[in-house]
This record gives sequence, structure tokens and C-alpha cells, in this order.
Amino acid sequence: MNNTMIVSSSPHLQHTNTTRGIMLDVIISLVPAFIAATVFFGWIVPFVTVVATAACVFAEWCARKILKRENTISDLSAAVTGLILALNLPPTLDSVWMGALGGVIAVVVVKQLFGGLGQNFANPAMVGRIVLMVSFPTLMTTWVNPLAWISGPVDAVSSATPLAIVGSGTTEGLPSFLNMAIGMRTGCMGETSAIALLIGGIYLCIKRVIKPTIPVCFIGTVAAVTIILDLFGVKGMTPDLFGVQILSGGLFLGAIYMATDYVTSPITPWGRVIFGIGCGLVTVIIRYFAALPEGVSYAILLMNLLTPHIENLTRPKPFGEPREKKQKGGDRS
Amino acid sequence: MLSIFNKAKDAGYPTHGGANVPHRKNTAECKTVVMPPPEKVVIPMLMHLGAPCTPLVKAGQTVKVGQKIADSDKFVSAPIHSPISGKVKAIGEMLMPQGMKAATITIESDGEMTLSEEIKPPAVNGKDDFIKAVRESGLVGLGGAGFPTFIKLNPPVGTVIDTLIINGAECEPYITSDYRELIENGEDVVTGVFAIKKLLGAERAVIAIEDNKPLAIENIKKIVNGFEQNDGSVSVMTLASRYPQGGEKVLIQKVTGRVVPKGKLPADVGCVVMNAQSIAFLARYMSTGMPLITKRLTIDGSAVNNPQNVMACIGTPINDVLEFAGGIKDDAKKIIMGGPMMGIALSGGDIPVLKQNDAVLAFSEGDAEMREPSACIRCGRCVDACPFSLMPTRVDHLLKQKDPVELEKAGAMTCMECGCCSFVCPAGRKLVQSMRLAKRIIRNAPKKEAK
Repeated sequence: MNNTMIVSSSPHLQHTNTTRGIMLDVIISLVPAFIAATVFFGWIVPFVTVVATAACVFAEWCARKILKRENTISDLSAAVTGLILALNLPPTLDSVWMGALGGVIAVVVVKQLFGGLGQNFANPAMVGRIVLMVSFPTLMTTWVNPLAWISGPVDAVSSATPLAIVGSGTTEGLPSFLNMAIGMRTGCMGETSAIALLIGGIYLCIKRVIKPTIPVCFIGTVAAVTIILDLFGVKGMTPDLFGVQILSGGLFLGAIYMATDYVTSPITPWGRVIFGIGCGLVTVIIRYFAALPEGVSYAILLMNLLTPHIENLTRPKPFGEPREKKQKGGDRS
Repeated sequence: MLSIFNKAKDAGYPTHGGANVPHRKNTAECKTVVMPPPEKVVIPMLMHLGAPCTPLVKAGQTVKVGQKIADSDKFVSAPIHSPISGKVKAIGEMLMPQGMKAATITIESDGEMTLSEEIKPPAVNGKDDFIKAVRESGLVGLGGAGFPTFIKLNPPVGTVIDTLIINGAECEPYITSDYRELIENGEDVVTGVFAIKKLLGAERAVIAIEDNKPLAIENIKKIVNGFEQNDGSVSVMTLASRYPQGGEKVLIQKVTGRVVPKGKLPADVGCVVMNAQSIAFLARYMSTGMPLITKRLTIDGSAVNNPQNVMACIGTPINDVLEFAGGIKDDAKKIIMGGPMMGIALSGGDIPVLKQNDAVLAFSEGDAEMREPSACIRCGRCVDACPFSLMPTRVDHLLKQKDPVELEKAGAMTCMECGCCSFVCPAGRKLVQSMRLAKRIIRNAPKKEAK
């Protein structure tokens, strides 16, 4: 027996879960969405995806090198950022360079400058998208009709997403509910197919990568508030349009993949509930009362910023501690 | 009562968190093998929580099996008895695995194993005699903590104990030493339960066993049902296997739904929890008078050649015990005293078997090393896993500021170091270690005047 034993603090067992494994699960869960996107929008989808992902990974590698920190690209978090960013771009040729630019902004500015994985205050992919939206509003809202890559370039460019159509006060040209659900509509590459995203979300829940709390609260709140607003006759909603509100505008993509980002959402159980409801409320408010037709990104960004406060307010009570005495004026008996 | 517990798979109240640790009860069906007395034992004076004992013997003196060789006049302590007969070679000092120094008595065997005249069944007339006898037996909590049992059985006047809980959860991976007790000495366990229940004046006793031990559950149920004094007040409760259910406070919550307030003891919520081996030992002690001098150890792990359960004399060097179990492999890199979740890694095998030990595990290279920690990704798994609803990652972050007030507010002192947080952490962060550091910072902080 050699006498150099390892002496370390307990526990001496670890779960097989690793950061890398979790990121890999997220990548696997995105497969249905990518297949759907490729079917509807053609070869541009894998092209943009590869470029955006490569840009993110390369940017992370360079940033860590320049900051003289240990390299972290093998944890796959940069790759996930790239993939989710790609899903948030329109299926046009311009998305190739926009994806690369957005990827660099996401990884370098939003993530690495704040200290790398776990330190960023907002979801990198989402801020990347928002920066691109603000910088290139026209390019970011140039849509392509689904299956145009097969039918030819004649009717390729379309003017409006379903939400934009609704926003302009008409119902003409809206896709059917079924088409909305499977993704036969205009929109960002990955946001159109609610069903594919849902499959990915269920996979993540089964693998216990995410909890359903945030997506359910988020989508549930959007649904509930939309119904309530309908009852009060705001914009004269019909059941058709209810489907539009739920199934379009990146709600599923945002709720399942961006609002559930570990780093920027609360880690407390009740915090997640508040976060999800907050995202839903802000989304509806933006959609109905602001100038923008689309509010998911901004809603998540706003809630990301509130996350530390939500978490502080919802800290669980440690075992055996007396019920917290709130220091309200008259409560001190 | 019994029928309710028979039906539900997971009887009991909800508890928070926990982790699905692997069971790895490889030695479950390994009958306890009695290890022959060693040539030499080293007995530390600190094998319990509380004040260390003072040796009652001098170097050169002869001692017999079961003779009291050390005691303390402090309240929280438990006497120590000689496990072999022979000559006291030296009174020395050693570094205990927990990090403190303790005096030791080294005894060399004469090979005779002559029994001491002190050994006779204690004469018990009433409660005070009983408590005294329990103290003299040298019994401490055998589940790992080593709290002197006589204190537990003697709650302050005015405290009403209504529930006696027997901890047969044994939720740590690998360890099967409680399980073997339930299988091999089920009568002792049940006899002890009825006796202690009567002593405490408890209305009921619950023997809590996890569902990965169906044979033990069946065996104990059969014995309880056939017991002559059976009046239905003793029940067997099957718990769904979940770590750390064998933790005292978690078990109380599981069985009774009561939460032990911070800084209080189980007796404050009307409960006494005893380990299955402790209670069986007491039953045997009452009829034979043989004090606590041996301990059943599960010897297992990837570097152990013949995993098994061994009954060894307290004070036997761990190396001898491992040697008895066929030795350890050349690539052994870690020896753990206790289970893999809460056990202490040893620097070598010269540490002796302690009263509260229930396992010695040895692991080969691959299993011995933990992953290098990486950045926290705030996944919240530690928050979900903490049985005490703490936020381990928050303590981990706050540690950088070394602020005792903030650390205490974060509940670090509540932590029982069960290891769930570190176990589930995908980033491999040493969260339990952070908790320990936090406790140290809090304890070392100059006490402030209460505001």
C-alpha cells in the first residue's frame, strides 16, 4: 500500500451531472426546433447556425485568452448561446453576418466582461438579439415565407409576422391555428414551430435540466392576461387571435429557452414563479400598449435585471427558524 | 396503526430536498464476521461528543476485557472500557481524524481475553438506576455523531417525550451495519424499543426503515407482532429511500411532521431518536452487562478486496481491519471512516476504530478524486437539494466577504453537512467545505453585544 492518500472534505461522491452535460442536453433539446426551421426555411438555417455558434465559441476562446483566464469553451455554454441566438434571427442571408456580430457581442460584452459563465446579469443570446434589433431594425424584421426555398424566390419576402399583422389592426393574412402551431408562418428561424419547441422543453424537463415553473407561469400569464384583456374588449380579440398571442412572437422560444437560463433567473422556488409571471405580464403590456409588436425579449431582459431582488425577497426560511417577523410598524408586539 | 403504515409505500410527512444517492449496499447479505482480537489496541479518549475522558489506568497495569479504563467527571461524556485483556503499554496522544488531539491508551493483548469481574447485568430499580447503567455501558450514538446516550434518555424534568424513533434508515451509500443489526439481532432491537419506550414514558415508538431494506422491514415487523408485550404502540414505518433521511432532524420531520427549532433538541418536540444498533446494544447490556467494546463495520469500496461486515474491537487500527477483509488494492487512494457522504477521509490506516464508526471504505484512484470545481452556473440544484432549505451557493458566494453576520443570516449554522449540495452540484463546487468555513468564521467572530 502506498501511503499517499487523498484527504478531502466530504462528500466523497458526486452526481454524474456536469455543466457540460447540462449544456449538451440543451443542445440535444434544440434538435426538433432546428429540424422544423430547416424544413420551413431551407439551407440558410444550418448555415446561420454554424456561423453564429462558431462566432460565439471563437469569441469566448479569444476573450478568455486575452483576459488570461482558463479556457472554458469545453463547457459548451458558448455553443448554446450561439445556437439560441441563431434561432432568434430571421431566415435571411443577412443573418449570417448578423449572427456572427451578435454572437461576439453576446459572449464578449454580455458574458465575459462580467466575469464569464455564471456572472452575467442578462441572457447573452437575448441581449445579442436586442442589440441587433436596435441596430438593424429593418434587416431584423425582413421575413421570409415558409417553404419559399422550395417554391422559388418569387414570393420569398413577406412583410409581416402574425403579431405584426394583429398589431396593425387586421386579421387578414393570418395563418391558421394549425399552421401557427407547427410553424408554417413567418418569423425568426427557431421561434415559429411551437410544437418543436415544446418537444424540446419537455425533453429538458424530463432530463431535469429545467423545471417547468418558469415556462408554465410565463405562457400561462400571457394566456390569462390576454383572455382578461379580451373580455374588456381591448383590440376586439377573437379566439383566433388568442392563438396568435400564445403561439407567435417567440413566446415559446423565450419562455422555454431564454427565461429559464440558470444564470439570469431566480434560484428560489417562489422566485421562479414571480419571475415567470412577471415575464408574462410585461410581454402582454408591451404587445398591447407599446409601440413594438413583440415584447418577449424585452420582458425577459427586464425580469433578468430584477432577478437579484426577486431572489432576495423569496429566500426560503431555513429549517427550524422561527417565522420571520416582518419589521412593519405595528407588528412588534 | 400498523395497517396504515403497511399500506402506504412512503408513509410519513413531507421533507424538503435530499438527493437520490446511489445505494451500493453491496454487503447487505454479508453476515457479520467476528474479527479475532488484535495484538494491540489504541484507544482515544475522545470517541463521543463532549468532554474527553481521563485515563484511569497507568502504563504497565494489567487490564481485563470490559474493565473501565477511562472516565470523565464532566456531564457530557461517556466512559471507555478495555476491549481486550493485557498490559497497558503507554498513555500517549494522537491526532484524531476530526482534527483535534486526544490522549490515547495503548494496550497490548495477552491473548487470554480474560473477562473483568466488573461485568454483570446492572441492577436496575427505577429510572435513575437505568440512566446510570446506560452511562456506565459507555454507549454513545452509534449512527455516527457519538452523542452520549444517557443524556438523550434523560431529558430535562418537565419535558414530555411522546415518540421514540428508532433510526434504521441507514441512508448513506455502502453502509449496511444497521441493516445487519436489524436482520441478525432483530429481537434485541425490539426488546430495546419496548424497554426504552417504557423508560421514557413515550406513547409510541416508530421503527423507521428505508424501503431498500425489505427483509429488515419484514423481520422487524414479524418480531414486533410476535412480541409478548406488544400492545400496538410500536410500529414499523417504511420510508421511501432518500438521503439524508437518517439525519436526526430530518427523520423527526418525516415521522412526526415536527420541526426541531434552531438551537433546540429533539426532546423539545417530544421526540427521542435512537440508532438501531444503539438500542439493540442497550438490550444486550441490560441482560449481560458487557459494555461497548466492539463495533460492526461495513468494509467496502472499490479498493477493498473482500467487502464484508466485520465485528471489530474498538481501538483496532483500521489497517488491521482492512487486512482482515483481504487487504486493499495497490491503487487505493482514499480511506474513509464512515459513509461516502459524511465520512472523514483518513491520511492513513493507523487510526483506530472508534465507538461511533460504522464503516471503513477504501477507494481506488478513479473514485477517490473529485472533479475540479468550475464556475457556479446558478442552476439552483443545491437549493432544491438542501434538506434544511438553505441556499448553499449563496453561502459559497458570501464566503468571499468573510462577514460573520451575513453568513449567519444565510443560515450557515443550521447546516448539518449532509453533503447533498456538493453531491448534486454540476460544477463540482465544494459547497459543504464552504459551509464548514462559514461556520468557522462565525464561531471565531468576536461576540457582539445583543442589540
